[in-house]
Amino acid sequence: MELTEIDDDIEAFLVESYENLNQIERDIIDLEKASVHKEALARTYRSLHTLKGNCGFLPFPKLESIAHAGENLLSCLRDRQLVITPQIISALLQTVDSIRQILSQIATTKQEGDRDYSVLITILNQLQSQGENTQAATTDEFIDLNSEFSPVSNLTASPHIRVNVNLLDQVINLVGEVVLARNQLIGFSTKFKDNNFAATCQHLSVITSQLQEKVMKTRLQSISTIWQKFPRVTRDLATASGKQVQIEMEGADTELDKSIIEAIKDPLTHLVRNCIDHGIELPAERVAAGKPTLGRLFLKAVHESGKVNIEIGDDGRGLDLEQLKKRSQQLGLVSAAQAAAMSDFEAINLIFLPGFSTAPQVTHLSGRGVGMDIVKSNIEKINGTIEIDSQQGQGTTFKIKIPLTLAIIPALIVTSGGDRYAIPQANLQELVRLEAQAQNTIEMFYDVPVYRLRGNLVPLVYLNQVLQHQNSVTDLEILSLVIVQVDNYRFGLVVDTIEDIQDIVVKPLGKQLKALSLFAGATILGDGTVGLIIDVGGLGNVSGITAKQKQQLLSENTTNNQEQTSDRQTILLFAGPENAPMGIPLAIAFRLENILSSAVEKVGNQYFVQSYSRVLPLIELDKVFSHNHQHYLDDQVAQTLQIIIVSPNSELSVGLIVNRILDIVEEPLTIKGVASRPGIAFCAVIRGQITEILDIEAVIRIANPHLLQLTTHG
Amino acid sequence: MVEQQICTFFLKEVYFGIDVQHVQEVIRPQAITHIPLAPSDICGLINLRGQIIAVIDLQARLKMSEPQTQLTTKPVDQPEGFNMIVCADDEVVSLLVDQVGDVLQFPQNTLQPPPATLKGRMRQMLAGAYPLSDGFLLVLDPKKTLNVNLTE
Repeated sequence: MELTEIDDDIEAFLVESYENLNQIERDIIDLEKASVHKEALARTYRSLHTLKGNCGFLPFPKLESIAHAGENLLSCLRDRQLVITPQIISALLQTVDSIRQILSQIATTKQEGDRDYSVLITILNQLQSQGENTQAATTDEFIDLNSEFSPVSNLTASPHIRVNVNLLDQVINLVGEVVLARNQLIGFSTKFKDNNFAATCQHLSVITSQLQEKVMKTRLQSISTIWQKFPRVTRDLATASGKQVQIEMEGADTELDKSIIEAIKDPLTHLVRNCIDHGIELPAERVAAGKPTLGRLFLKAVHESGKVNIEIGDDGRGLDLEQLKKRSQQLGLVSAAQAAAMSDFEAINLIFLPGFSTAPQVTHLSGRGVGMDIVKSNIEKINGTIEIDSQQGQGTTFKIKIPLTLAIIPALIVTSGGDRYAIPQANLQELVRLEAQAQNTIEMFYDVPVYRLRGNLVPLVYLNQVLQHQNSVTDLEILSLVIVQVDNYRFGLVVDTIEDIQDIVVKPLGKQLKALSLFAGATILGDGTVGLIIDVGGLGNVSGITAKQKQQLLSENTTNNQEQTSDRQTILLFAGPENAPMGIPLAIAFRLENILSSAVEKVGNQYFVQSYSRVLPLIELDKVFSHNHQHYLDDQVAQTLQIIIVSPNSELSVGLIVNRILDIVEEPLTIKGVASRPGIAFCAVIRGQITEILDIEAVIRIANPHLLQLTTHG
Repeated sequence: MVEQQICTFFLKEVYFGIDVQHVQEVIRPQAITHIPLAPSDICGLINLRGQIIAVIDLQARLKMSEPQTQLTTKPVDQPEGFNMIVCADDEVVSLLVDQVGDVLQFPQNTLQPPPATLKGRMRQMLAGAYPLSDGFLLVLDPKKTLNVNLTE
């Protein structure tokens, strides 16, 4: 908090100082004109005095010394102890240049910098004394002074005022209303067919469009708002880690919406730290690799077709793909077969998996080891994307694409029950139009309608049913599917009609509807009516399709042969609740057992059984997946239980109570579908039958999350 | 003497009022977009000069409508009555009322507790009542009326 306050103080100080400097500079030039110099002198003295006084509140001793020396000289001039000479004018102008130099340094680094200004101060002090010998000496030193100073670019603070963001939002709303009125007028002009009226409407249309464009620009800020702190971050990190790094910025004036800038601030900072901490090598290492000792960190930003492209990169060691694969296997994120089949692109993307971190130890510089998955999810929250381009030994570049503003998004307009709804394009995968005969491809899978889309099973959600429209039409000749994706699972949304994609302005629903998770917000459509924006994640929850699909590590571009090889697994098949076909990879099935129900003991709410001198927690799959479960363990009748002992990790083993163990098969899982419900990793066709493959950790979490916590603390 | 200005309205011939400070404007019925799965006392959303505002069926919120709802089934798309745009707690909503009356002025010290015959939700949302020659003017508390967490 204190740091933030200091930053704000510095910002205010800089704004005022630049204004004072501009005035001082103009007044010094005026000093050479005899007719006005008296007034200019007094004003210059006051401005410099103010600047010196402001330094007292902030730790800028050099700036204060320079201002003080300049002030003393001006005081002598004001009191007519000295006559204005060209030497004095030059010294004062150089004082202004030096002050501007320091202000620029402060603006960039919040510090004064290492430059030595004692010569200037000495000259200013000497000029206060009189005598021919002193003047002659001063003239000589001026030559040295001139050669010392390099030209300073004129950095002038542009005139601006602070405007409350709420006020801007209100103006934006009003402009939106003007747009609607214009649209209605254009409708009228078509009817009236009056040339003068049509010309006036055209004129109004042009003005309105320009007004809207200008108003939207008021919310934009340059990305330098974030970047201006990176040189300091870079210097501190490099110094602390014993590295040498220079930072280059290109496109600092690229503009984004204020809310977008707030959202990407942390991800960008994290990436910069990542480049310095893990990317750029130590100087000795760089020399050995034939690189300059000075590492290069670059930032680029550019507008491109309605989006902003940001690149953060380094010329460091790059990503070691083999190391990434090895570590992923150690962490249990991928199997050896999957790692072997990966393309380079897929291997690079491993660092985005939750729980992945290549840092051998967490350093205080990179924070608490926040992984790249957090960076990715933060960027995706604002409908952005991130990619990595890395060449081992040459460097790594992070490429981010983000929308210009959060307020306006492209959305697909669909209808359901006579009303129009907007689906954000970010969730949109594809549109499918099913003719009458093609609708036979819709099948029921465990009470869920699914559609086979190029070999993949896609669960279907009927928007009419979810929205509880009374007049839902069930016998449509043509079925319109919108394939949507959220997080890692997707489903097909059945709508009445699909209209078009429009740019919509997102507005919040307000407190009265905050409990409603089905809609992400609302918007005003072209005819002035309100349309609701569907929250695809919320829709998935409400409709019951909430299971998360496991990370799709294999690219769709993998050849069929490779795919077949990598997907061939040994699966243990069993009958789950209500005799649903289920399976688990045999690799994690530790042992199969038959035990008597009388051997089961209940401790608290958890059932245990002693097995091979270990206490084994039991999980009834019926309770996890079925509402009408049988009470195996509650019955007093003694019976034999079929148990699969699984070990999700080396510290935890649990027993799964299943109805019946069917078989062990080795099959290529070439036909895969999305997860059908919580606890299922994915669905696959095995022996011509749709089989649910368990997600063991999810099952344990559903049954008793405490079991997982025990291993975490262990 | 401190006086309170009350914007008055009718719900099923019951006389209500709300402090004019909280009343932004009163407008004619607007095209309402229905919200599926919304609470039953939310009629929908309207577009008020670029601002999207939720419309609250005040009868439903005050739970006045149980006996009559079964008799009359009104289409939600074309509600009768007026939209009273109300501001409270930095929130702007529209209250759907049957009729709008005059703006009346009362000495503030004449405000009384609501009549004892009023129970339940309606009583919770009232700030008090002003006596009239032929009954009472029931004064709404805007914050409580808009409080979505208020339970009976």
